Amino acid sequence: MTTRAVNQLSRFNAVSLALGFAFLYLPIVILVIYSFNASRLVTVWGGWSVRWYSEFFNDRAMLEAAWMSFRVAAASATIATLLGTLAAIALARGERFRGRTLFSGMLYAPLVMPEVITGLSLLLLFVALNVERGFWTVTIAHTTLTLCFVAVVVQSRLGSLDRSLEEAAMDLGCDPARAFVAVTLPLIVPAIAAGWMLAFTLSLDDLVIASFTTGPGSATLPIRIYSEVRLGVKPEINAICTLVIALIAVVIVVASLASKLSSARGESAALL
Amino acid sequence: MSGRRIFTRPARSAAIAPYLWMLLFFLVPFGFVLKISLSQAAIAQPPYLPVFDLTQGVASIKAAFAALSSDNFRLLASDDLYVLSYLRSLVVALVSTSILLVIGYPIAYGMARLPKRWQGIAMMLVIVPFWTSFLIRIYAWINILQHDGLLNKILLALHLVSAPVVWLSTDSAMYLGIVYSYLPFMILPLYATLSKMEPALLEAASDLGATPLQAFWRVTFPLSLPGVGAGVLLCFIPIVGEFVIPDLLAGSNSMMIGQTLWLEFFANKDWPVASAAAVVLLMLLVGPLVLYDRLQRRQLENAR
Repeated sequence: MTTRAVNQLSRFNAVSLALGFAFLYLPIVILVIYSFNASRLVTVWGGWSVRWYSEFFNDRAMLEAAWMSFRVAAASATIATLLGTLAAIALARGERFRGRTLFSGMLYAPLVMPEVITGLSLLLLFVALNVERGFWTVTIAHTTLTLCFVAVVVQSRLGSLDRSLEEAAMDLGCDPARAFVAVTLPLIVPAIAAGWMLAFTLSLDDLVIASFTTGPGSATLPIRIYSEVRLGVKPEINAICTLVIALIAVVIVVASLASKLSSARGESAALL
Repeated sequence: MSGRRIFTRPARSAAIAPYLWMLLFFLVPFGFVLKISLSQAAIAQPPYLPVFDLTQGVASIKAAFAALSSDNFRLLASDDLYVLSYLRSLVVALVSTSILLVIGYPIAYGMARLPKRWQGIAMMLVIVPFWTSFLIRIYAWINILQHDGLLNKILLALHLVSAPVVWLSTDSAMYLGIVYSYLPFMILPLYATLSKMEPALLEAASDLGATPLQAFWRVTFPLSLPGVGAGVLLCFIPIVGEFVIPDLLAGSNSMMIGQTLWLEFFANKDWPVASAAAVVLLMLLVGPLVLYDRLQRRQLENAR
């Protein structure tokens, strides 16, 4: 009896879980519902409507910002995935090498570094190099931040892999590099894919770093949303936010399907 | 075994590209922050006097070193505005991290005790908000907290208050926003350590006569301390430099250092003072950052 009592979900556990998840999700659900509100007054319910969505699709400045954000997110996530995966391989398989401590420090620090510092320092670099600010400077800034997240996701996957597979391939005559490419790489593809998607959404969300590193005339979607939100709640913003949430939900479903696919092959999913 | 060692060479060379990238775009920029924090503001583009000009040879470098000024730092130390905003940032980070720990721990604990096949779903449910935009989640709260928002409507309907309560632009709204945004960062590392814990340990404790509460405080909690440390640092460090949440939810009478830095930079165009503020903020965070780096390295590299 005591054994069961110790390991079972107590009432306290169940209540804290229910309250916790309600806290995390209720505000988002309310936002989505209000985005379909027909009334111009955000807080008065005027029946269901999609008029704020059509408002958004007629708002040129907002659409341009969304397109800019999308391009930055796609480009920076791709570069970050490449660099982050290389970094993860070096950390997980490189054993000790000169400068390793600095390397891992530079990869872990941006995960928690306040964004105002990262943004300001990158801007000062771009100004010193005298580059024109816009699409590429934001892309570089986002790549720098998100490659660290990719490196952590892929590294934890590499760390959890059973190395005997790779060693078996080598016993069967593969050279080490080929064994890695033929055996290990396919096993970490889901983690790499998850890393790309995480990098994509992080870039899509970022306000602070983009504000510092962008130039005149190339605002990203969060920058536009932020300047609207400062003026107050607008139903159109509810609609845009819902669209962004929907996009991210699609990304998450794809990511979890990718890791399901891999766990069906007998691996544990490592999304984060 | 020997083959494993041979692969280390190509694996090491994989470091070259990301290494150079991080040196150029993460480490070197701090040098520029430091340099400009020692420079003087000027009405120019960029808005500061150059500290040195390499085209003019060694003499100019000497002259430049003589002209380096700690004025910006002296300004930071003497102006109440900055001192207060540093203090406020630390207090806000401390208070909200404590609230996060108190709220996050029971949730992570509950998750770790769910049946195994539900744990994956629960973890997914915690991760999803982390993937959803910060800004959007704060905006969702503005919807709820505004003067004629949902919260006031519910309170009025239940006759708990007689007039709408001002929620927006208060410290409570800011704390609510911070706790809401950072909760996944607290839950995930806590859950990671709690879910790895051997249930037999608790059985042993109860066999030896411990009440569940005693078993928790003397077995579970001490063993979960690495997760507590990771969660606390993962929240504390970024909250100290937080900008968006206090800017949108807190009142304008007292600012956190992230806001002050932002204002100096974007509104006052005083880049040297903004840089000096960043340098001081970074110095405040060096200790926690080193700790975090160690924890992270131990976690990722001992996992093998």
